[in-house]
Amino acid sequence: MQEIRIGYLLGGIAVMAAVTYMIRMLPMAIFRKKINNIFIQSFLYYVPYTVLAAMTFPAIFYSTQSVPSAAAGCAAAVLLAYKRKGLLIVAVGAAAAVFIVQLAMNLML
Amino acid sequence: MRYEEFKEGIRDGIPICLGYISVSVAFGMTAVLSGIPVWAAVLISLTNVTSAGQFAGTNLLVAQGTYLELALTTLIINIRYFLMSLSVSQRVEERMGIGKRLAAAFGITDEIFAVSMQRKKRLSAPYMAGLILTPVLGWTGGTLIGATATSLMPPILSAALGIALYGMFIAIIIPPARIHKSVLYAVLLAVVMSCCFYWIPGLKKLSGGWSIIIITVAVSALMAWKFPVSPEDEEDE
Repeated sequence: MQEIRIGYLLGGIAVMAAVTYMIRMLPMAIFRKKINNIFIQSFLYYVPYTVLAAMTFPAIFYSTQSVPSAAAGCAAAVLLAYKRKGLLIVAVGAAAAVFIVQLAMNLML
Repeated sequence: MRYEEFKEGIRDGIPICLGYISVSVAFGMTAVLSGIPVWAAVLISLTNVTSAGQFAGTNLLVAQGTYLELALTTLIINIRYFLMSLSVSQRVEERMGIGKRLAAAFGITDEIFAVSMQRKKRLSAPYMAGLILTPVLGWTGGTLIGATATSLMPPILSAALGIALYGMFIAIIIPPARIHKSVLYAVLLAVVMSCCFYWIPGLKKLSGGWSIIIITVAVSALMAWKFPVSPEDEEDE
């Protein structure tokens, strides 16, 4: 393994942090007044749902050791969320389902 | 009153914090295993507070990539925060000063954004401070734990926790999709497009960051055109 120079590392981390912060900061700095345009308001209303849906699917199926265990976790999450359980319950329930299915699969193999 | 807002922020931040610990422990482990010193892994987590963005950046650092490559990769993967930050800018209290807005911008992650969008009230500075504080501590602390104790969690457990954050996203999407048909359509359309980008060979060349931006803009614009939302609907949702 090649040794990474400290100067290079610090510079690189600074570049990553600066770019990331600029992306987050610019809209907050620019749009300080409420936007009254109905189209833009509606657009921003849908953004959270579309962005989270696109990030979750299909990535969720590859988020664990195997697709079947991830699918079980996904099903558990959808069911719990449909029953209006809170964020933590849904997250832990999904992980528990994954754990059980993965354990069963490992035992069978 | 303001202290109450801070406490509510902390409370809402705890599930995010728990989800972050498992992911950041994994990040700390892989970073150190690939040759990044412990202090650098912790510094990356503290200053970036992103998942995919800093994972890719760290890979590039290990490969001794140029700063330009590093900047472009970070930009493309994290550009979605621009839209999220824009949404948050419309939900913060109008009287919030520029300094506090710029400070809150630091903590716009997928999860903090998602939870802040769920809040019925306008977002105050103390609420945002609380909501950002716990996850950042979890993210940075988890990295430190993972980096120092590289084999703390059995792999089957950390792999199971890998789904936790997606579970949280599902918990945010589904309840409003049950109530509003338009949200349901938006979600379904986004999922179908995302699967197309992922599984159709030609489209797969596009990086994940870009495909999410394209889907978000296209679907949100289509829905805003077909199903515009009046400000009143938004209040009682």
